[in-house]
Amino acid sequence: MQVNQMSYTKRNDGRKPDDLRPIEAKAGVIKRADGSAYFRIGNTWAYAAVYGPRDLHPRFLQNPKTGVLRCEYSMMPFSGMGERVRPGPSRRSKEISMVTEKALTPVINLDEFPNTVVDVFIELPQTDAGSRCAGICAASIALADAGIPMKDLVTAVAVGKVNEMKVVDLNYDEEAQEGEVADIPMAVIPSTGMITLLQMDGIISKDDLIELLKRGTEACQKIYQIQKAALKDRYKGGNNE
Amino acid sequence: MKVSELKVQDKEIVVPGDVLADGMEYLPASGTYREDNRIISARLGLVHVDRRLIKIIPLSGRYMPKRDDIIIGKVIDITIGGWRLDINSAYSAMLSMKDATSDFIRKGDDLTKWFGIGDYMVSKIVNVTSQNLVDLSMRGAGLRKVKGGRIITVNCNKVPRIIGKGGSMVSMVKMATDCNIIVGQNGFVWILGTPENEAIASEAIAMIEENSHVSGLTDSVKEFLEKKTGRTITLSIPTNEEAAGEFAGESNELH
Repeated sequence: MQVNQMSYTKRNDGRKPDDLRPIEAKAGVIKRADGSAYFRIGNTWAYAAVYGPRDLHPRFLQNPKTGVLRCEYSMMPFSGMGERVRPGPSRRSKEISMVTEKALTPVINLDEFPNTVVDVFIELPQTDAGSRCAGICAASIALADAGIPMKDLVTAVAVGKVNEMKVVDLNYDEEAQEGEVADIPMAVIPSTGMITLLQMDGIISKDDLIELLKRGTEACQKIYQIQKAALKDRYKGGNNE
Repeated sequence: MKVSELKVQDKEIVVPGDVLADGMEYLPASGTYREDNRIISARLGLVHVDRRLIKIIPLSGRYMPKRDDIIIGKVIDITIGGWRLDINSAYSAMLSMKDATSDFIRKGDDLTKWFGIGDYMVSKIVNVTSQNLVDLSMRGAGLRKVKGGRIITVNCNKVPRIIGKGGSMVSMVKMATDCNIIVGQNGFVWILGTPENEAIASEAIAMIEENSHVSGLTDSVKEFLEKKTGRTITLSIPTNEEAAGEFAGESNELH
């Protein structure tokens, strides 16, 4: 394959390899939901709304031992970089809904709520790569905001290798870079360092993968602080009663 | 043994995953869990330290049915054995015929003669099973179907604040607006008065709900009510008013 004469040595938006894009997070943005949050990382915006615990229908989906978590990831029609995204479930969005659910399930504890469901809806009005990670970050803030018992928050970020450069938090241009690109979205439980989501596009060596996972976990710690601050901010303003 | 150490202050806001204490001296209570030597928060809320016990007072979350709570429910279905009520929770509640009324109900009688679909009633939870099946009763002082007025929904975690110490907050709103108000533990609030006064009362309650964690709330609510109603309110030491009014015994925790 013909590789561009210049390989990727400097990030196109001027960030250092371990820098994250600017992040903004807020809890309680959707009034009618039981819990909600938005999470922006660069040009990727994710809104999450949590409803429940509530009655689960059809009945055969109910679990008499515990509550059930259900996630739905959806990109808005105008959110993509190129063509209009067709609304409704697609092969891709179903997959992401499933991995989001599996990334969040290890922290939440719904034993108190048998036969019920907690619904999480993630909507992305605008995306620039890393949308499933932004969705997971938003969803975990929203779940905490809804008062769901959980061990910890979940934090997610993408790491990868663009040509020869190992980077954290890829944007769309980096993902689409010519030549060899590996894109690895990961989700971490910050207090234990456990990984609850790990996917990959591309090729990478074992050593590089181990190093990137370490750097990704460190990046997650920074995002974790922002998530916590978002939740605490909601109830700021004199809690001295 | 290592000395135990508290990592947070009393009444501090914590999020899931925050370490609350280190060491075995402290005991984890509701909303927390122990991992190794540490006690960690399992939900969003305010820390409450009671000697060795550490618990979280939740700020959000849906109503969980609790025995002996007095709640307001809405009839959503009529079954062979009684009525099914929506109680603003993940679970609905059953009101059986024998707990509903002292009237004699003939076999095959039309149950809508007593309560129809859409009726709101003040009732008491008599039992909650492990699977969260809820039984209600209408036997007790002040338990009845409510007629007229309006129902507003509030966050059930703010109910103790709306009621106030010994019912002080809700009686202030009642006194200022001449409304009859019943606050259910599940977050349904019934208000009856003139339409203008009902609007003022529901606005005041929304204000209490919004600012429940701010100090000096009583004064700002008083000011709001005085401005809206144009009368001066004297804050009296709360007395035990009629039993149905406030269920003062249920209020507490946040104070």
